[in-house]
Formats: sequence, C-alpha cells, structure tokens
Amino acid sequence: MSNNNCLENLKTDIGDLVEITTKAEADKSSTTYKGNIMPCLKEDVIMIKMSSGYNAGIKKEKIEEIKLLSKGETPKHVKTDLEINKDKKLKNISIISTGGTVASRVDYKTGAVHPAFTADDLIMAVPELLTIANISGKAVMNILSENMLPTYWKEVAEHIEQEVKNGADGIVIAHGTDTMHYTASALQFMVKSNVPIILVGAQRSSDRPSSDAALNLIASTKFATEGLSGVYVLMHGENGDEYCYLHEGVKVRKLHSSRRDAFKSVNAQPVAKMNMLSKNKKTNEKDYKIEYLADERKLKQNIIDKNLNVQINTKLEERVALLKIYPGINSDILKYYADKGYKGIVLEGTGLGHAPETLFEGIKYAISKGLLVAMTTQTINGRVNMNVYSNGVELQKMGVISCEDMNAETALVKMMYLLANYEFKEAKDLMGKNIAGEITEFSVIDLN
Amino acid sequence: MSNSDLNLNLDYKELGLKVGLEIHQQLNTSRKLFCNCPTKIRDDEPHGEIERVLRPSQSEMGQIDKAALIESKKEKNYVYQYYNDTNCLVELDDEPPQGPCEEGVYTAVEVSELMDMHVVDEVQVMRKMVIDGSNTSGFQRTMFISQDGNIETDYGDVRITSLCLEEDACKKVRDEKDKVIYCVDRLGIPLLEITTEPDITTPEMGKEAARRIGTILRATGKAKRGLGTIRQDVNISIKEGARIEVKGVQNLDLIEQIIKNEAIRQIKLNEIKKELIERNAEVKTGTQNIVDVTELFKNTESKVIKSALKKKGVVKAILLKGFDGLIGKEVQPNRRLGTEFSDRGKVIGGVGGLFHTDELPKYGITQEEVDALKEFMGANAETKDAVIIVADRESKAVRALGAVLDRAYEAITIGIPEETRKALEDGNTSYLRPLPGAARMYPETDIPNIPISDEFVENIRNNLPEMPKEKLERFIKEYDLNNDLAKQMVMSYHVDLFEELAKTFKVKPTLIATTIEATVKEIRREGFNIELLKEEHFEQLFECIENGKVSKEAIVDVLKGFVENPYANVDKILEIKGLSAMSEEDVVKEIKSIIKQNIAVVNEKGMGAMGLLMGRCMANLRGKADGKLINKTLQDELKSIVNK
Repeated sequence: MSNNNCLENLKTDIGDLVEITTKAEADKSSTTYKGNIMPCLKEDVIMIKMSSGYNAGIKKEKIEEIKLLSKGETPKHVKTDLEINKDKKLKNISIISTGGTVASRVDYKTGAVHPAFTADDLIMAVPELLTIANISGKAVMNILSENMLPTYWKEVAEHIEQEVKNGADGIVIAHGTDTMHYTASALQFMVKSNVPIILVGAQRSSDRPSSDAALNLIASTKFATEGLSGVYVLMHGENGDEYCYLHEGVKVRKLHSSRRDAFKSVNAQPVAKMNMLSKNKKTNEKDYKIEYLADERKLKQNIIDKNLNVQINTKLEERVALLKIYPGINSDILKYYADKGYKGIVLEGTGLGHAPETLFEGIKYAISKGLLVAMTTQTINGRVNMNVYSNGVELQKMGVISCEDMNAETALVKMMYLLANYEFKEAKDLMGKNIAGEITEFSVIDLN
Repeated sequence: MSNSDLNLNLDYKELGLKVGLEIHQQLNTSRKLFCNCPTKIRDDEPHGEIERVLRPSQSEMGQIDKAALIESKKEKNYVYQYYNDTNCLVELDDEPPQGPCEEGVYTAVEVSELMDMHVVDEVQVMRKMVIDGSNTSGFQRTMFISQDGNIETDYGDVRITSLCLEEDACKKVRDEKDKVIYCVDRLGIPLLEITTEPDITTPEMGKEAARRIGTILRATGKAKRGLGTIRQDVNISIKEGARIEVKGVQNLDLIEQIIKNEAIRQIKLNEIKKELIERNAEVKTGTQNIVDVTELFKNTESKVIKSALKKKGVVKAILLKGFDGLIGKEVQPNRRLGTEFSDRGKVIGGVGGLFHTDELPKYGITQEEVDALKEFMGANAETKDAVIIVADRESKAVRALGAVLDRAYEAITIGIPEETRKALEDGNTSYLRPLPGAARMYPETDIPNIPISDEFVENIRNNLPEMPKEKLERFIKEYDLNNDLAKQMVMSYHVDLFEELAKTFKVKPTLIATTIEATVKEIRREGFNIELLKEEHFEQLFECIENGKVSKEAIVDVLKGFVENPYANVDKILEIKGLSAMSEEDVVKEIKSIIKQNIAVVNEKGMGAMGLLMGRCMANLRGKADGKLINKTLQDELKSIVNK
C-alpha cells in the first residue's frame, strides 16, 4: 500500500528531520509529528525526537506519509582533546580507565548504559581533579566489570607498573563495581608498590546529575596523592554524599545491588574517611577533609625497596573455582571440577565453615586428585572455625584449609595466585595465613 | 503615557494577546509512577534525611543546558527528608526505577480521549534535566502520551498541543543559605501535564479554558484534590512582545490577573526600550565593567552597607548610560524596571538587594555619597546616566551585577527577554530562570519503552467517564435538582459523595445537595474547620434524617457538632447539642402547653395569633422536631380552640 511504498522509497537515517502524517481513522482525523529520527529497537515503529525534546514512537502501519525535511547528523558525543599544563607543586596521578558505570555513557542504540568514556572524558566531566593533581588519563580497556577476566587483571597490573615507572605518584583505576573487589584483591597480590593504587567505581551512571562518580573520582584522586602503599577501593560511605570511605582492597565487598554505599569493609573497618561536603570556613570552598581510621604511618610505610617503587608478579592459576554450599548439594560437581583438571576449589560453607556429608565423597575425591580445597563462609561476616562441630573436624581431617576471616572472593583470587607461584605444599600452608592483609589476626568488635 | 498609570484599557485584539496554558494535575493512584510507594503527602516528622550534591551532565547531543548551568553555579547542597514506611530507595535515586504505574498510563490515555487527542503507539520515558535539586536524580522522568486535541470554551475552541505523564518533584521544605531542604514524599506522584496551543486571546478565555480542563480531569475520578494538587503555568505574549512562561499559578481566579499584568509589563518594557534607544543608552556587559567603590562608603551611615562591610564584603557598582529615571519606572503594579534588575541579582548572584540612583538618596545613603558615586563612575546628567550598587561578598556582588548588566543590555536590545517567571500572589510575576531549551531531555535508559496497543486505547474509548454536561442532565432528571443546584453539584468536589448519599438514603436529594454545597460553606464562613468533616459524618447525619431522629432544621448544628468533635458519633453529637428529636406525642404536648401559656392572645386574636405562637414554638422546638410538623400541629390545635 501507499504507506509501505513511501517508507521503502524514502531512505531515512538516524538524525534526519522528518514530518510524519498518520492515516485518518473512522472517528479521528490524521495528525502530524515532526522530529529527528532516533534509534528504535522495534522494526515496526519509527521513533522520533520532537522539538519539545520528547521522543514519540509511531507504528509504521499507521503512517500515511513521511516527508524528509532535511538530512541530519547522527547525534554523537562531542569529544575534545585535552591540553593540560603540569603544575610542579602537584603530584602526578594516573587514572586508568577500565570501563564500568563510573566511566559509562548511554548507548542510544540499545538504550542501555555502556562504558564509553575515556579517562580524558572523566577529567572533562570532573574538572576539580586538575586542582588536586596533574592528571594523566589512560583508557586501557572498555568493559563492564561482569565481563572482567583474570587475564585483564594482569593487563591492569602491567599498566600500573608502567605508570609508576613513568613517574606516577599514585594510580586511580576506574572500574565497574560488580567485580571491583575481585580486581582489587588480584592487584593486592600481584603488585607490590610504594604508591597508592585506588580502585574507584560508581553505582549511579555518570550521565546523571546525581551520579556518585564525580565525588568518588575526586576522593580517590585526592587519596592517591597521600603517599599510601597498597591497593584500596574508594566508594561512598553512606547513601548521601557526605563522606566516602577508603577500604583495603582485600577486605572489601559489594553488599548492595544499587545503593551508593554498596561497598563495605568485611571483618574490618575502612582505613580512612573523606568528608565531601565540609567547607573551609575562610574560603567557603570544599576542603575534602581526610580522617584516618587506621594507623596512618603504617599505611604510608614503604612495602618494597624505595628505589624500585613497583614490582609485579602476574602469574595466576586460573583453574580455580568458587563453590557455594547449599542443602542438597552433592559430590558430582566437585568430581566434575577435579576431572576437568582444576587445581583448587574455594568452598563457601555454611556457618563456621561447614559442608554437608553429601559432599564429603566429592571433597575426598578432589583432594586425592591433588586439588587444594579451602573453606570460607557464606555468612560473609565472621571467621571460619572448623573445630567447634564434628562436621568441621571431619573436613579438616580430609585436608580442607580454613580461610579464617578472609572474603570468599579474596580467597578465590589468592588461591589462583598461590597455586601459580608456589609449590603445592607451600601454597596449602600459605592459604590460611595472612600474606597481604587479607586475613586479620583478631576479629574487630565494632564494624561500620 | 504617564509612568505610574497602569490602569490601561487594554484592547487585547489589537495587542495581539496570545496565551497558552500548561496544566499539571496530580493523580490519585494507588502507587507512585516509578515505584510501589503510596502517593501520600505527609506532614509528620520525617524519619531520616540525606545530603547530596548535583552536577550538570552532558546531554545526548553533547550540549550543556543553559538553565541547568545557572543552577549549578549556585552550588547548593540538597537535603532530602524521607519516611521509612512510605518511601523507598527509588525515590532516593539509590535504586533503578520500576516500570510506570498502569493506573497512571490508563488515566493519561483516558484524558487524551476526552480531549480528542492522538495517542502515540510507543511511549519512551525521557529524563528532563531539572537540577534545582527538586528531583533526587537531577532529572524528572516524563512521557509523551498524546498530541493534537481540542476543547471547547464559551469564547471559542482551544487546541491541545500535548499531554504528558510525568513524576512530580520533591516538596520543598525550606531554603537555607547553602542548602535546600526537600521532602521526597511528593516525588514520583503521577502528574498529567496538558499543554494548549496559544489560542487563548483574552484573560477571561484563559480562565475558562483552565476551568474546562480541570473539569475533564476531575471527570476521570483520578484527579487528586486539595491545595497544590493542580498547578497552572501560563505562557503569555503580545504581538510586539516575547514569550513569557509564568510558573505555578495555584489559583484559577489568579489566571486573569496574571495575563493582564503580563500584557501590561510587556507594553511597559517596550516603552522603556523605545525611550532607551532614543536616548542612545548604552550598557557594557562583562565583569570588567564592574567597579569597586568600597572606598566611597567607608564612613557610610547606611545600615545595609555597613553590615556588609563588617562581614568583609565590598561595594561594587555599574554604570548604565541613559537609564536615569527609567529604573524607577513601573512595569507592573508596584514593580519597576529596577525590580526586574534586582530579581536577576537575587536569582543569579544570591544577593538580597541592590540600590539604584533613581531611588537615592535613601536607606541611609546620603546625597554626598550619591554625588561622589556618580562622579566616580562618570555618570553624566546630560546623557541621563544611572548607577547601580551592590554591597555583599565580592564573588556574589560581581555575579549579581554581571547579571544586572546582562538584563540592562537586554532592556535596550530586545526589550522583553524570553524567560520563565514565577507567579506571585498579587497577580504579578518575578524572574525565575531563562526559558529552558530542548537540549534538556534524554532517554531514561532504565525503563523499556511502553507500547500502547490499539485494544488498550479502544477499551478506554468505550468506557469513558461521564462528562459534566451529561451528568448535569442526569442530575436534573434523576434527582429532581433544579438547574442551578445541579450545576453546582456537577462541578463540586463532592459529587461522588452526593450520588452515594442520594442513592443510599430516602432523603430528598435537594436537601443532600444543599447540605453538602451550601450549608457546609455557611458554617465555614462562621469559622468552622470543615476539613474535619468526613464522609461517615454525612452518612450518619442522613441516616438520622431518614429515620426521623434528626429534623432538617438541626443539620447546621449537627455538622458544627461533628467539626467540634470529629471522633464522636451522631448520638453523642445530638446529646451534646440537645438535639435529640422529640416524639410526635411530646411535640403535641409542648405545643399545647405553649398555647395554654398564651391563651390570652389566642382569645383576643383567634387564628391571627398563629404567627406569634409559631415563633414561640420554634424557639422551644427548633432542631428537635420537623418545622412542618410543628406548623401543622399548631394550626390544628389553634383551629380546634378557635372553633370552640
């Protein structure tokens, strides 16, 4: 029919300005829409952006006539190259962007939030960064954190080494929040450095005015100038914007799917707090006050030779699995892993670190095949203790190692690291001992 | 034309007045538009609060919106109060939104159909940038539902441009120096936004069109009622003027005055522009033209300046060549060009007030100081130059005067700047912000598009609510109301209550209607808080009337009783008021006794004593017995005595 013809004959692209007239119906005259063609997921609908700014979708079958008024340009994000002069008084901070919400843009094609920001874009969006440090931006990858792979952790570690060797006084890593604590743990094991390495994310996309991205970036950059050693995660400390927390990379976990303060130190307290809204009384400008909750001198101690400043070891045994225990779990899954050539399994047991008898056979099989089996707890908070109940005693007899108060995710990464770098016996011995701050000696009473 | 006379006889046709309306109506849905919280406004103590900041972000076209930038310059923090049991993380922008409330979409399409509009096939939720903090996210979610409709008024048709369904913003609790406090209870309540074409040509027509749309909204039964549930914005222009958007007209009666005053304002600003051009007036914009004159006011007696200097403030001045005498010229009743300047200074610079040489010496500023200021600034009397000063913190003073320079420049170059203005209670308007541009919308990516099927629309079309006109006819026929009362009832907020009562009780509907409409208003005028009257009060009242427990003369007192004791039942009220109805027997007894007491009069006047005795009877029996019964009994008793 005529409408189909006119649609097929008229070649319209995204961005074109068109005038669409609908077919008249029995009880209704036709109407006219004018606007620029926008991407639409549905084949049978044309979506236009009208001059009011609104989008409206019209079914193709209802269109009587479509007129092309002018060809348009596809809307795109304007990119500007930054020219920034170095300030000798400021420290040099390198922002490494890996993607994620903190570095995200809306994808107008699929309508979803996708990582597309480069580190330069981040600086443009948060110009305050330039008053804190000399910023150099580097977009090393562009992936959502659920797509992270252990091999990407290695890449990030290599970039860190390079940046520090090039004179960076601190590293900020923009990262998706979903798996940020895995990456933080991996870097803590793989990188030994006297400069701070701070992972930062955002829970609300940076294309919205209420995003937590800007404040998190400001706070992490400021902490990166503080001369700390080790790997940290910086995120909001509450769901307002009043303060941010700096967490130890091996002790932090994402504990909420959407809140700004999703990240909490588990079995530990945050090491520092930054007040994001307090103002200097004289200048009336925000002063971003830092309050250390842990021993500041200890945090600022050199952990390797001062002249070297950075040292990395990126060897990982990736054939390690993390398995959550549940009522009714049976031994098949462990046998499967063992037969597939896995080298280690971290169990997320119940309570103090238990697994049902139905799993015993599988555990014995895995251990007999030479796998390292370690126990964490799915209660998230608290320490594993396999001496209290007979079940735990039984597991220890089989050779299951207690991970103490280590996060399950951290234990997984640690096992990958140990199995790649140590003889089995030594790896097994180190699994339950603190090597990088992942296990604490005593259980703190007050948690945040 | 004289400066102060604003009582112009305006010929709106000649002026080319064009007015369009934008009406926002809250919907009384069971849940909010994008979460499952109730649409409940509260005034009890909030359970908690959080403090946030907002930053402008780039839109999909890569531009930053002008209006959004001005807000960000003010660098305020925002505090959001919340209630644990009626708010959730969605309102705090700490959780992605849920799909839109179906009841809201249904009502939007229903109203569209009532106004003969075209509904789109696929609705996309948009984010409209509003970073004055009134939305926790920094944007308002809004959906374009339909376009191209029509309503009829007594003065002619008005075309309806569009209907949008959007979320209401936070309720502003108060404004502080460095922060604004909001409450999220209102955030997310569904709002219908109806925009008309500028087809309105007189103030009266504006009011009539707004009333029409209000009637249609109420016909859905989903319109929230009460103060603040409907807000009207008015777009006004005259032929040689500019488009001005007036925000937040809460009262229907104010619309006429707002339109008239804005027309006057545009005429006056044009006159000023003409005069400025004749005078060769000149304004140099930019902060380099803002001069520090603190030195001149070192020993001033002006309290305002002294206190500013004490707080380490400065005095800054600007020169406006050719503005002398015009800054004090009235553009609206009691508002001058100078008021327009200080509005800008207040909104953009956050300074309380500015002084211009048209009003000086005054406020403790001496003639000597004015002379020194004029000389220092190079103000020339021949070229009629004026000077404006501000005393405040340096950054604020500079920002404010920069904004005044811009506004003064506009007074010469464009006369009437296009802007958004705020409706004031006296029918005037004040500057709010520049007109927003189209760049402030981008898609809400957290919510999939909503298809509107033909079946959905058709189902609504076949079940449209009864419109007031049909209802009027039905009320006259079904309830035997007279035309005036029926009309009143149809327009009443209590129309549903009326129908329910009229159907439930065997009481004359006219009595029910006059009680709900007239009697209630009467007792409000006497100072009774009729907000306290609830449906159940009326149910109890008419039940008692139905079974003769209460006479209709007692209605006023019973209602007053309910206002005074909202939690008491009707029996208690009758007891308190001494209104318990007497049995017929007791009534006869009482009347007989009254006749006996006045037997001398009866003997003398015969039936002529009726009037006097009726007065006596009513004094004793009002509210305890039906007036008709009293009348009849008295007449019968009298007759029997007289006939003897």
